[in-house]
Amino acid sequence: MTDVARADVCAVAIADCFRGDGEILANPIGTLPTLGGRLARELHEPRLVMTDGEACLIGDTPPLGEAPAVIAGWNPYRRMFDVVWGGRRHVMMGAAQIDRYGNQNIASIGADPDRPMRQLLGFRGAPGNTINNPTSYWIPRHSTRVFVEKVDVVCGIGYDRAAQVGAAARFHELRRVVTNLAVLDFETPDRRMRLRSVHPGVTVEEVQAATGFELAIDGEVPQTRLPTPEELAVLDRLDPEGLRHREVPS
Amino acid sequence: MSEADVVARLADGMTVGIGGWGSRRKPMSVVREICRSSLRDLTVVSCGGPDVGMLCAAGKVRRVVFAFVSLDTIPLEPYFRRARESGAVAARQMDEGMMLLGLQAAAWRVPFLPTRAGLGSDLLRIDPELRTVTSPYPGPGGVHEELVAVPALHLDAAIVHVNRADENGCGQILGPDPYFDDLFLEAAAQRFLTCERIVPTAELTASGPVQSIRVTPLMVDGVVEAPGGAHPTSCVPDYPRDEAFQRDYAASAAEPGGWDAFRKEWIDGLDERAYQEKVKR
Repeated sequence: MTDVARADVCAVAIADCFRGDGEILANPIGTLPTLGGRLARELHEPRLVMTDGEACLIGDTPPLGEAPAVIAGWNPYRRMFDVVWGGRRHVMMGAAQIDRYGNQNIASIGADPDRPMRQLLGFRGAPGNTINNPTSYWIPRHSTRVFVEKVDVVCGIGYDRAAQVGAAARFHELRRVVTNLAVLDFETPDRRMRLRSVHPGVTVEEVQAATGFELAIDGEVPQTRLPTPEELAVLDRLDPEGLRHREVPS
Repeated sequence: MSEADVVARLADGMTVGIGGWGSRRKPMSVVREICRSSLRDLTVVSCGGPDVGMLCAAGKVRRVVFAFVSLDTIPLEPYFRRARESGAVAARQMDEGMMLLGLQAAAWRVPFLPTRAGLGSDLLRIDPELRTVTSPYPGPGGVHEELVAVPALHLDAAIVHVNRADENGCGQILGPDPYFDDLFLEAAAQRFLTCERIVPTAELTASGPVQSIRVTPLMVDGVVEAPGGAHPTSCVPDYPRDEAFQRDYAASAAEPGGWDAFRKEWIDGLDERAYQEKVKR
């Protein structure tokens, strides 16, 4: 067992998704993704461009829930499409459902899109995001309800759909799926979802049991790396109220 | 003009665009007036918030054109969800960038605009009206790419709420984001602007930079002064969202007879001035 908080492992795993991105708009959506993105910007990707969650680009790296002390630019809603369609962006979205090729659903649950069993948010920007810029996903509760054999509605497109589209999908790229249990990716010959690492204290069997399809597993699955003392100090500064522990309890 | 004057110029079955975004800077005073009217079978186009939820709950909507409907701090709009899950309203779903292009195409008077957004997704499966177009120009490797052709999204009317305006329809947005508001106006046959305060034109540049005068008289047919008109949605910097009111509104959807109780208290028998006085109490 380990005394490291699971939320801290997740935050660092999310930060590592942005490693090597350089000067792009890092657009993590949600509490832990925002924290992880800001951690990356603070420690290893200082050129990442990030927003305050609304219309401004941040000039400093503020704690969660606080306005930036320095504003570095104007990025209103409509401007975001210029960035997305130009490709200089890495988004991390959520998913109500996701399948083995990374098809994502945030629109509705149920087979009939005209009369859903559960109306969710809508397609939002998922189709445009996934076909235009690199995309990762954050799943705070890894379960067979989310990781499904077939999503009810394809919003964000996966590798099988992108392959069918052909040349126009040449900017499609799914990077990683980070969950409360593990890190997954699509680095397989047929682009099926692969178990990249399991978080400390989680077994491969537990992750597979919480996944509604067979994961690609090659050999010994490594453990997700532990946060460094420096990273933990930055996380405490960026999230002094510990909102991350509410999203992912240890 | 007044909210009632705006509603008098709408008709059953119209396609109405509503500005703002989620639970932000929504022209709610006109939405309330539509709820009080006998209008029906509207197609509502919106970056949806409580405008969509209330109009659905009031039975005014036949179809919603949307990429999302949300109350921001409450992720899902409860009355919109109920209308969708009961089959009470039809939907045309889109990627939010497709809504941008549809409005832009209507504003520019072209039949469509091309995009990658939507390719490979189920939008092409569930929207039988949506077509693709093959580029007449060769791309990399000589391939003629097939793209989504987003059709022009023509509006019969658009309603937008801003912070300040003059009597001619110069509209000023003092908050950080214009959203799609000017596009909604430019895509519409009849264009209505509501504002917190009507001021002399010279005051506009005194209270904000020239770039904040996002709406010009070319885009507007009528101006309504509606102080507090975005309530309960936010209209920064004039006021934030009324979170307590919004929580009560959302909670009412879970109660039996919740909408009837809400509309009895906040819509029926109140004009906008009485509504604003009641909110302040």
